Amino acid sequence: MTLQQLLVAPFADFGFMRRALMACVALGTGAAPLGVLLLLRRMSLVGDALSHAVLPGAAVGFFLAGLSYPAMGLGGLVAGVAVALLSGQVSRSTALREDATFATFYLTSLAAGVLIVSLRGSSVDLLHVLFGTILAVDSPSLVLVGGIASLTLLTLASIYRPLVTECFDPGFLWVVDGHGRRYHFLFLFLVVLNLVAGFQTLGTLMAVGIMMIPAAIARLWAHTLPGMMLLAMASAWLSGFAGLLMSFHFHLASGPAIVLTASALFILSLLIGPRGVLRRLFPRPHLAD
Amino acid sequence: MIQLHDVTLTYSLHPAVHHLSGSFASGELTAITGPNGAGKSTLLKGIMGELPLATGTLTWGGIARREVAYLPQTVAFDRTFPMTVADTVLLGGWHWSGGFGAVTEALAERARAALALVKLEGFEGRNLEALSAGQFQRVLFARLILREARVILLDEPFAAIDERTTRVLQGLIRRWREEGRTVIAVLHDLEQIREHFPQTLLLAREKIAWGDTAAVLSADNLRRARDMAERWDDRAPICAREDAHARGAA
Repeated sequence: MTLQQLLVAPFADFGFMRRALMACVALGTGAAPLGVLLLLRRMSLVGDALSHAVLPGAAVGFFLAGLSYPAMGLGGLVAGVAVALLSGQVSRSTALREDATFATFYLTSLAAGVLIVSLRGSSVDLLHVLFGTILAVDSPSLVLVGGIASLTLLTLASIYRPLVTECFDPGFLWVVDGHGRRYHFLFLFLVVLNLVAGFQTLGTLMAVGIMMIPAAIARLWAHTLPGMMLLAMASAWLSGFAGLLMSFHFHLASGPAIVLTASALFILSLLIGPRGVLRRLFPRPHLAD
Repeated sequence: MIQLHDVTLTYSLHPAVHHLSGSFASGELTAITGPNGAGKSTLLKGIMGELPLATGTLTWGGIARREVAYLPQTVAFDRTFPMTVADTVLLGGWHWSGGFGAVTEALAERARAALALVKLEGFEGRNLEALSAGQFQRVLFARLILREARVILLDEPFAAIDERTTRVLQGLIRRWREEGRTVIAVLHDLEQIREHFPQTLLLAREKIAWGDTAAVLSADNLRRARDMAERWDDRAPICAREDAHARGAA
């Protein structure tokens, strides 16, 4: 097998592979910078929680309209935003911290979602919802994922300074601007929107993988926030490209193959990254002053 | 002038600051001191509006919120956050740049001047995680300088920093006083307070004394503050003043 057959031919010969690759690139472009901000806010598991929170909404969409992605996407968006808002409100007005309320809401959501899907569909349908069908991404889905990625980048660029300030020192933003919570909710809305985009292609359980794992990879290499965001995007693209090839050549499920590729990159970074394990074991040259 | 009238701040119904009344002298340096658990940091949070008042009122005397700067304890910060010293200091210019505007050369120059004042020239491009605790605190002070606030609240600004850094920051605080700014700082070191802060509020959940530092930090007052019970009495009845207030309202 030539390098061309190995790396290029699957995409050159098959439209579904090209569409899947474009979906991965769009997903990584939107979701990875959000993952970086979640990681820096120490909210990595909140992304996970929100990805589960999307499920009951998607399941209601599935219950009402069958395997219709627009219906499931809309339902997922509504459920995800509702959980994000409710968790924030409950943690502000009770003794529970935000991570505890998110955990409670997402477990409830997961149970409710699985129950609703099982009322109507078969286990094959449930697998579609949980793990996505990236190889069956059609053009309207691609437009939706691309649109969400574009909207995410434009919004991030517009509110970059308040958002980063809210991440670093929320009290300061509250004093100088007074609108800290507004940016926080806008950010959580973007997270949910990207999870909905991801859930169509990778499924609810895998979607958060393309958001958080590239962010963790970037943290092990980059020293600046823009550097982290670009590196996270590149890691997501590479994971999508390599994961799809693995899926194609070895007949693996595409969603898990993509996420596992990202995991392999993470382990590699953990070992050889400038902030990784091996750099701590060997003496490094240093400047005289 | 910031005035407190009958202010109570609570955690789980227990008063951390109890029926406090008084006013912070305008254009003056005031220290807030007292034993651990006396409610000092809680009071700052209450003044900033981070904690709602359980009772009482707080008036700012015509000072807008954006004219107030607040520096929490450095433990509240993630010092590994991937941000440069220059970007951190420039946040202090929010009033001029806003959340979306460009950083002008004039603002950048002011940021460089602020860094020079805290003896951190040439640190602009350095990442926060490469700084020591004292350097990090000085960066936060440089950010405060850029705010040009009329009222500056500091929560243990000299905790965990060396003597030289403390001297630099004390110099800054004296300068703020000369410029007519009001500084309110939570501090533990009584010698430092006697030397640099003309006004003191001695707190032990309730006001022990508030006024001229020499009079407030008397042996008798300090003993009374030390005798404050740190433990909360879970079987305590409803505060009698609350009861009286409720009866009055009825």
